[in-house]
Amino acid sequence: MAPFEPAALPELLPVFYRRLFPHGPYGRWLGYGGVVKNYFQLREFSFTLRDDVYVRFQSFSSPQELERELQKINPYKIDIGAVYSHRPNQHNTVRPGAFQPQEKELVFDIDMTDYDDVRTCCSSADICSKCWTLMTIAVRVIDRALTEDLGMRHRLWVYSGRRGVHCWVCDDAVRKWSPALRAATVEYLTLVKGRADTVKKVNLSYPVHPFIRRSVAVVEKYFEEYALVGQDILGSPESWDKVLALVPEEHREALQGEFPRRKDSVQRWEVLRGRMERTRGRGAAPCYADWEIMLQFCFPRLDINVSKGVGHLLKSPFSVHPKTGRISVPLDLQTLDQFDPFAVPTITSLCHELDTAGSDGEQEDVGETEPKRRARDYKRTSLAPYVRVFEQFVEGMESARRGERLRRSDIQGDF
Amino acid sequence: MEFSSRTRQKHLRLAGDRRELYPHSLQFYLEPPTESISLVEFESFAIDRLRLLKVVENLGVSYVRSTDSYKTKLENELRKLKFPYRALAEDDYEARRKDHISHFILRLAYCQSEDLRRWFLQQEMDLFRYRFSQLTDGLMQKFLEHVNLSFEAVSEDLKTELANELCASTPGLSLPKVKEQMFYKVGLADAVDLFRTRRVFVKDGFAYVPFKEIDAIVLNNYRTKLSKALALTARSLPSIQSDERLQPLLNHLSHSYVGPDYSVQKNTGKISLEQIDSLSVKSFPLCMRQLHKALRDSHHLRHGGRMQYGLFLKGIGLTLEQALEFWKKEFIRGKVDADKFDKGYAYSIRHSYGKEGKRTDYTPYSCMKIIMSNPPSQGDYHGCPFRHSDPELLKQKLQSYKIPPSGITQILELVKGMHYQLACQKYFELTHEVDDIGFSLNHPNQYFTESQRLLSGGREPKKELSTSGNSQQKNNSQESMNLNSTPTSSNTTADTELEGLEAYFTED
Repeated sequence: MAPFEPAALPELLPVFYRRLFPHGPYGRWLGYGGVVKNYFQLREFSFTLRDDVYVRFQSFSSPQELERELQKINPYKIDIGAVYSHRPNQHNTVRPGAFQPQEKELVFDIDMTDYDDVRTCCSSADICSKCWTLMTIAVRVIDRALTEDLGMRHRLWVYSGRRGVHCWVCDDAVRKWSPALRAATVEYLTLVKGRADTVKKVNLSYPVHPFIRRSVAVVEKYFEEYALVGQDILGSPESWDKVLALVPEEHREALQGEFPRRKDSVQRWEVLRGRMERTRGRGAAPCYADWEIMLQFCFPRLDINVSKGVGHLLKSPFSVHPKTGRISVPLDLQTLDQFDPFAVPTITSLCHELDTAGSDGEQEDVGETEPKRRARDYKRTSLAPYVRVFEQFVEGMESARRGERLRRSDIQGDF
Repeated sequence: MEFSSRTRQKHLRLAGDRRELYPHSLQFYLEPPTESISLVEFESFAIDRLRLLKVVENLGVSYVRSTDSYKTKLENELRKLKFPYRALAEDDYEARRKDHISHFILRLAYCQSEDLRRWFLQQEMDLFRYRFSQLTDGLMQKFLEHVNLSFEAVSEDLKTELANELCASTPGLSLPKVKEQMFYKVGLADAVDLFRTRRVFVKDGFAYVPFKEIDAIVLNNYRTKLSKALALTARSLPSIQSDERLQPLLNHLSHSYVGPDYSVQKNTGKISLEQIDSLSVKSFPLCMRQLHKALRDSHHLRHGGRMQYGLFLKGIGLTLEQALEFWKKEFIRGKVDADKFDKGYAYSIRHSYGKEGKRTDYTPYSCMKIIMSNPPSQGDYHGCPFRHSDPELLKQKLQSYKIPPSGITQILELVKGMHYQLACQKYFELTHEVDDIGFSLNHPNQYFTESQRLLSGGREPKKELSTSGNSQQKNNSQESMNLNSTPTSSNTTADTELEGLEAYFTED
């Protein structure tokens, strides 16, 4: 299969927006059931066109108009912004200061480059199957907190297309959250603190908040496979010295002595963990260094700036990544552990699949309308399962809205 | 049954009828006052509250908020200005009414820009925090019910089930303490600070807050409400600003200086020109010392500098004749010939003494005015050095004036926190070798007067006197309450009523 060539985008994008992009569910998502008047019309979109031309404050009177425009403009990249007080495409006609962002989904952006200090296999924009586990852990940790602690229901996790994941929280109440509350959420979810030169980035003290305890429980499930086997963080004196730098002095020497006598990271970790656990059992001076190490190597690192601003723009699901050609596809939480970022379809591979499917001579229904045929096109490609996940997400919100309407009419006695 | 129209209700002013408006000494200021008040009361209430908030600001920088000195000083101020200061006082009606009305008046003045809103919000919050902390538990409970902040209490069963989690999440609460204290389910938006710092148990979108943390919640709630209200009032700005009754008053309130205006020169002629050089080192505030030095060095000052320094000199007692001689001597050395001086600059000096043109006797600039208007550009020496100078240059200047390094550090800290007048106060303390300046600095001429008083032995330097602060305030209220060159509309009489202002506070 031909690799992705950015130069081919001008040819591929029209095909993508005509036959692959899931306009239907996308419009249903952002329309939010039409409950709030003009919600869709007040939404900002931004497009990146060729030659890095960037246009903001695009808005459309309906999902259909958006579809037509996408097929006309064929943007390289789509970003979604906030729902504003006035139609974004008319913002110049509004009195200065009156044009304000009103609502937006709460979003999170987790980027692999933020973990460079604890990755040995790759750095900066590179990722591999070994370090991808970090993203799996991040999704699990954050998603648990969003549902159990914060009571959020409608979360969409999306592969960013290269080296990270995004999360869109779409609950009605959350879309109205202030910047302060969004920033507070990121702070609540932050355990790894410090700049490049900070050695110890996680510091725990008694008593440990339930959020931390539960997050450690999630990390623990992946730690052995990822850190001990995959990254082999205790595999050699150089690497285990880095880890022991995170352990308080009084324990370091003993561990330094014990480590050479064990044969691999897994065994060495057992020594360290056992020792820490015993301090906690004793009651006096509990030490959490084992948890701190796990968290420093694995706990998610969020970018507060992405989440804080109501007006902040974020790459749209199903947007194409201009460098890798990969589609930003939704993640299925049920099969998250098996997700392989290298198996995500690229725009090239999808178009290729369409060609092949077409030439298979599949009988097309003569009476079938053009849009209907197009709508089923993506189903013939590897994009299908991802669109299915997206549809389930949208249906989840729609059913919740119906439930809410029923509940309200029951209370009011309307029939 | 009586059908009382809204207008009729507005004119009911029997005190007894309105007491039910203020069941508590504390309030969230949710409803604007609907009564009519006189212009005089309007102005005096506003000025008193402004004084109060400025004291709140100063105390907040100089003292830790929970200490006794902070609390005592603030209580004194509240009592002096006749605002509610004791939560239990029953016959507090007048004070509560003043509190209510003055808050809303200041909203009109302070909604006008982001900076003003931020300042007003900060001081009102500090004031609220203090007053709330003074409530007894019983009163606190009543107040919370009154403002509909009675959060859902966590049932005993649920608390037992969650006991370990609650104990682990809430700092300072052991298991037995958890069992005896009430917990409340509070929405995350109401408990932002506790949520953010993970100091509460969070489950299913709610924070489980112990009773002892409820004040942080209340404060947050107050901040949110006031912030929204200010933004709302700001939207009425165009109509506020075109309201002829208010415009002259509010225009200056947010920039106002509420003390003596130094236009009445009691010491006219008591300063000789030969003294000015040494006075500039001993008794001038830094801004005037800087201007004087620049004048001596370059034999010239631009317009902004001439105005600021010239009026200051008038305020310390220079007569018109002395001023003319002073400026002329200096400018001639700067290659301005005598004729040109007489034709141009002399006219301008006479003008500022009220002897030309419309004969307005201009008043020397207050600190507020110097800090906030007409910032200096390249080649200017006016303005406030603490506000307008580059901190590095300011540091060098202070070093050259032999200010001790620790003092310089303190000054720079205050500058960083944007407390320019406090920085100048610190400069006063360091140059006069006193621990406490003893007054609240608002005006360069005040600096000069106080300095002269100190140096001539008219005041105890090293002891902190609360009375000297008081006497300053007494001066302020006895002298005319003229806001700096505020023209009150010549049509209004002292008894004029202001009606219909509540429209500015409500959404249509």
